[in-house]
Amino acid sequence: MRHIISILIENESGALSRVAGLFSARGYNIESLTVAPTEDPSLSRMTLVTRGNDNIIEQITKQLNKLIDVVRLIDLADAPHIERELMLVKIKTTMETREEVKRMTDIFRGQIIDVTPTSYVVEMTGHSSKLDAFIRGLAEDSVIEVVRSGTTGISRGEKGLHL
Amino acid sequence: MELSGGHILVQCLKDEGVEFVFGYPGGAVLHIYDAIFHQDDVKHILVRHEQAAAHAADGYARATGKPGVVLVTSGPGATNAVTGIATAYMDSIPMVILSGQVPSPVIGSDAFQEVDTVGITRPCVKHNFLVKDVHQLAETIKKAFYIATSGRPGPVLVDIPKDITDPNIKVPYKYPKKVSLRSYNPVVHGHKGQIKRAIEVLLSAQRPIIYSGGGVVLGEGHKELIELTRLLGYPITQTLMGLGAYPAPDKQNLGMLGMHGTYEANMAMHESDVILAVGARFDDRVTGKLAEFCPYAKIIHIDVDPSSISKTVRVDIPIVGEVKYVLTQMIELIEDGKEKPSKTALASWWQLIDSWRAVNCLDYDRTSGFIKPQFVIEQLYEATQGNAFVTSDVGQHQMYAAQYYSFDKPRRWINSGGLGTMGFGLPAAIGVKLAHPDADVACVTGEASIQMCIQELSTALQYNTPVKIINLNNRYMGMVRQWQEFSYQSRYSQSYMDTLPEFVKLAEAYGHVGMRIEKPEDVRPALQEAFALKDRTVFLDFMTDRTENVYPMIEAGKGHHDMKLRVAPGTPMDRELS
Repeated sequence: MRHIISILIENESGALSRVAGLFSARGYNIESLTVAPTEDPSLSRMTLVTRGNDNIIEQITKQLNKLIDVVRLIDLADAPHIERELMLVKIKTTMETREEVKRMTDIFRGQIIDVTPTSYVVEMTGHSSKLDAFIRGLAEDSVIEVVRSGTTGISRGEKGLHL
Repeated sequence: MELSGGHILVQCLKDEGVEFVFGYPGGAVLHIYDAIFHQDDVKHILVRHEQAAAHAADGYARATGKPGVVLVTSGPGATNAVTGIATAYMDSIPMVILSGQVPSPVIGSDAFQEVDTVGITRPCVKHNFLVKDVHQLAETIKKAFYIATSGRPGPVLVDIPKDITDPNIKVPYKYPKKVSLRSYNPVVHGHKGQIKRAIEVLLSAQRPIIYSGGGVVLGEGHKELIELTRLLGYPITQTLMGLGAYPAPDKQNLGMLGMHGTYEANMAMHESDVILAVGARFDDRVTGKLAEFCPYAKIIHIDVDPSSISKTVRVDIPIVGEVKYVLTQMIELIEDGKEKPSKTALASWWQLIDSWRAVNCLDYDRTSGFIKPQFVIEQLYEATQGNAFVTSDVGQHQMYAAQYYSFDKPRRWINSGGLGTMGFGLPAAIGVKLAHPDADVACVTGEASIQMCIQELSTALQYNTPVKIINLNNRYMGMVRQWQEFSYQSRYSQSYMDTLPEFVKLAEAYGHVGMRIEKPEDVRPALQEAFALKDRTVFLDFMTDRTENVYPMIEAGKGHHDMKLRVAPGTPMDRELS
């Protein structure tokens, strides 16, 4: 099953490699990983998407908690949550296809943020599956480049992950 | 008080109460060594190889419970120490490693003797630090000692760039009395509800067993373990790392379990209906084939490290906490409660156990004309009245020492259980002897293992640490040879050396006493003579039976109930090796 583990971690050099190293050393999967400092500059927030059965996820959360730099973590999949991913797509366009790409982008509530005579760059956020659907909707040979941030997420309701 | 980084470091060690630093100098730590030169409070033990520095500090830590301290230079100094650090990590030994690093401005430029020490050691330390500012040095050292010694102990490395210890840069020094980390709060006491549930299950058991591990030794929980075991009247078995926490000669003790554990311990585990696991981690050498592990048992597991619980074997009642405190909580609840263990169930359980005991699985050929390694260990026990600190290397000799030296006190049995590091025994013995100068210290080893850190004979002379080296010399890497015999139709690929040194002369060359023992009747007198030489390191080279194997044995991929036993009594046990 897919799990989204959200981690508050000390904003120290090497903290990221401790997490990444743990996953490779113990043979766990990382589907995606995002990290950035929080409003408190001494902390970073990391969102990690992984897959595994209950035993594996239990070990992953225990092993992460064991890292000295990890302050707190939650598995977002345990409760109602919102997840989003940012994607930038560079698309080859011709006079004939420009209108169709524009229409598709509107349907998916994306934005065209760069225009040249032969290309668009589209910005889009949403659930990863929506971004997948957009890519599938484009003509196969039109995609020049896809850049995705990996999933990040937050729990619903007033409770939050903080110190 | 304003001090330079080098002096701060030494002052920190002093304030932390450190007696010994095991190390080896080099470019990046020269400022620190100059600070060491100026004082006598912290004694520096100069080893001959950095791996031995970590092993010696490790031996010291295991024998005392205090953290071992290591000081090495950058680059090869640090990489040489890695085996020793990983050894300590696998066995949860409190240790602080101070490593020099190239000056901050040149980090990342592939400078002379530069390696990414923090990166290399990350997977084999509890935590590590790179010091970036001399103002933070003292606090970092305090954190290192705190992390190394609290919760589940382990090695903590502090990497110190050379400019941090610059004698010309002085800053105010104050050693913090306490540190706290918002991200690190180890649990001490167990959850009361869980403990109650555990006691209900424990007291209703028909075929219970206590399975205790190294956590009891590390957590100083042996008294409580003995009290609880006697209160319940249940059988107890111990892991390789847990030996000594419960007195081996006691009638409730079934001995070691696992791959080379006793028949009665493994059968009792297999047939049990309730297991109380205390500070043990269900290592693969203990469990054998996981799918066949203890099929009828409900498992209660006490451990200070939550990640040890349900890692390989699913546990029914987890209790996170320090074993000493959780066991005390359990004893109180049992004493206050009305529920008592079922006497009739226990009587028939013990009857069954006694039938397994009757197999006498540790028996061996006592009439052989060759020196049997088991006999040497038994004689070592007699000669030292069971009071020695025994370190070991890794292999058959390690198992013989574990099986035949009846440890009845914790911290006396010192071996590399988790990582299985050959070369551990001699430097560890030096660390133990420094900690306990009046105690008998024996290093049980083999002719292959001893050569992995034999250079430390020189350290033993320099610091006058008279240990007795019990070399069980069978001219084979015995454990490798045994596996090749069982699993590879006796194709002895690379498992022997036909150019062994003459150990007696070697010992003499290092300034010690060497003895070669070839006949069973000479074993005891040689041991007595060696231990009578109180102030000399003695190398006893026992020429043992080349064909002897460690029994009983659970072969790889088999369960506890499927042990390979020594051939039945009466049949010849000595086989000629082709």
